[in-house]
Amino acid sequence: MNVAVCVKQIPDTAMPPALDPRDHTLVREGKLIMDESDSYGVEMGLQLVEVAGGGEVSLVSMAPNSATSGLRTALATGAVKAILVSDPVLAGSDALGTAKVLAAAIARLGPDLVLAGTESTDGYVGTTPVQVAELLGWPSVSFAKHVEISDGLLRVQRQTEAGYEEVTCPLPAVVTVTSGVVEPRYPSFKGIAAAKSKPVEELTVADLGLDPSQVGFAGARQQVISVEAAEARAAGEIVVDKGDAHERVLGFLEQLKIL
Amino acid sequence: MDTIWVLAEQRGGVPAGIVLELLTAARGFGGVVEVVTWGPSSESTATVLGRYGAAKVYDVGDIGEALPGPKVAAAIASQVSGGNRPDAVLIGATHDGRDIAARLSVRLDLPVLTNVVGITASGGRLTSDHSIFGGSTLLRAEFTDAIPGLFVVQPKSFVAEPAEPAGQRSVEIVAIEVPETGATDAARIVARHEEERSGPELDEAAVVVAGGRGLGSPGNFALITELAQLLKGAPGASRAIVDAGWVPYALQIGQTGKTVKPMVYIACGISGATQHMVGMKAAQKIIAINKDREAPIFTIADLGVVGDATKVVPKLIEAIKARR
Repeated sequence: MNVAVCVKQIPDTAMPPALDPRDHTLVREGKLIMDESDSYGVEMGLQLVEVAGGGEVSLVSMAPNSATSGLRTALATGAVKAILVSDPVLAGSDALGTAKVLAAAIARLGPDLVLAGTESTDGYVGTTPVQVAELLGWPSVSFAKHVEISDGLLRVQRQTEAGYEEVTCPLPAVVTVTSGVVEPRYPSFKGIAAAKSKPVEELTVADLGLDPSQVGFAGARQQVISVEAAEARAAGEIVVDKGDAHERVLGFLEQLKIL
Repeated sequence: MDTIWVLAEQRGGVPAGIVLELLTAARGFGGVVEVVTWGPSSESTATVLGRYGAAKVYDVGDIGEALPGPKVAAAIASQVSGGNRPDAVLIGATHDGRDIAARLSVRLDLPVLTNVVGITASGGRLTSDHSIFGGSTLLRAEFTDAIPGLFVVQPKSFVAEPAEPAGQRSVEIVAIEVPETGATDAARIVARHEEERSGPELDEAAVVVAGGRGLGSPGNFALITELAQLLKGAPGASRAIVDAGWVPYALQIGQTGKTVKPMVYIACGISGATQHMVGMKAAQKIIAINKDREAPIFTIADLGVVGDATKVVPKLIEAIKARR
């Protein structure tokens, strides 16, 4: 049971995000961290491999610069190796371009299962994993909240707008995992030390046999026309509760004729 | 702008709310509006779609227990590559809609713009609005040399209105073929579960009462449910307490949950993470109850109460009951 997990390395979410005024891409300076929404895929991969009693978890990531800090976090919790596709021509890639790169990298690994977050925290486009599935010619189950594998068949509880569906799916397949579905483990000191020497294979777009016109700004075929501050919603009245603030709320609801 | 296609997802035999919103928007772009639908009840659906301006319905047919992504994307792609090429395809940002958009994008080798909150047609081009950084910034984008433009639109971006003049319109229903989908179409739905709900649907309620971490413990969510019931509204939740397993995902409001636009939104113990605010900041009035005076939710609240939601809400509930 070999699992590949798609991991995005993003700017620290504690910092306010910003767009580069020249090309309207997200500013990615400073240390990158593993997107928290990918930590659930990593944990689920580790658990599925443990239940299967064999196999390994590998990571697949893409970044314009050679950042590995976010990957080391996942390697420290138990993933054995990573492929990092890093190339200046990747700057400005959209979801489809990213999917082409990830699918090509995943094809080199040949896993039984690909796990990914439903969407990234910084860009939240939300289509990349299923685009990867279509490129690989595989089935996919998105928005998984519970995943089991028995007799080579995936059994997934898939969240829907109104509840959930039970879905079966043969392998290989792509599954996107919603946040909070498993409790990501913390890396041990031993794990952190071991992660430093785990292999991270760095590849270029050419190494994957992709045409540079398929990725980056050239492949995205979309442009930003304008960026402006949205009409701000003004803050209103503030009351500090001294035991009677509920009366002000009541009065407000009456004014609005809700009561 | 000659032709716009709208993807029509059905819910229990009727078009999902987002479909009527998209049809209303598409009517304003100055071209013919056509629809692609799937599922067992296309005929009854077509009547409603016609009322909202659809001239033609392309029917993929009943897809049984398959997930819609592979079949619907393949059917649309086959039309487009056969020369039936609309200028744009509008897709609602539902779970199935995102799957279809992703697979269609690959099949047509075309980019997709998601998180669209507005679309404008001018000079024969469509531009899309995207609300980013928690709604503080509005980004406008367009495709370059990518037809049809694939737009995935957030719910509640447009207000659904039937086409004028009213009255029965004839809608042409055209069955379209699903080409071979191979292994991509191997997933099957074996059971469906719906969360039990009393009262209005979360994304249609006039009043939404939402709870977050500030409630302290899962048991206190009962306060949210009770207040929502008293106000004939719907209970909702922040992602934090859904992730923590306090309440089911069906209650989640925000970027990865539901978008709500109620008359009144009451946020109890919610600090106002970016991911939450994008799902509720379009409420007509916002009341926020939170212990932390610096919580971002207070920057958009019409009435902010700096206090413990677990103390204020029970008193509010008693006061409302006392009025009856």
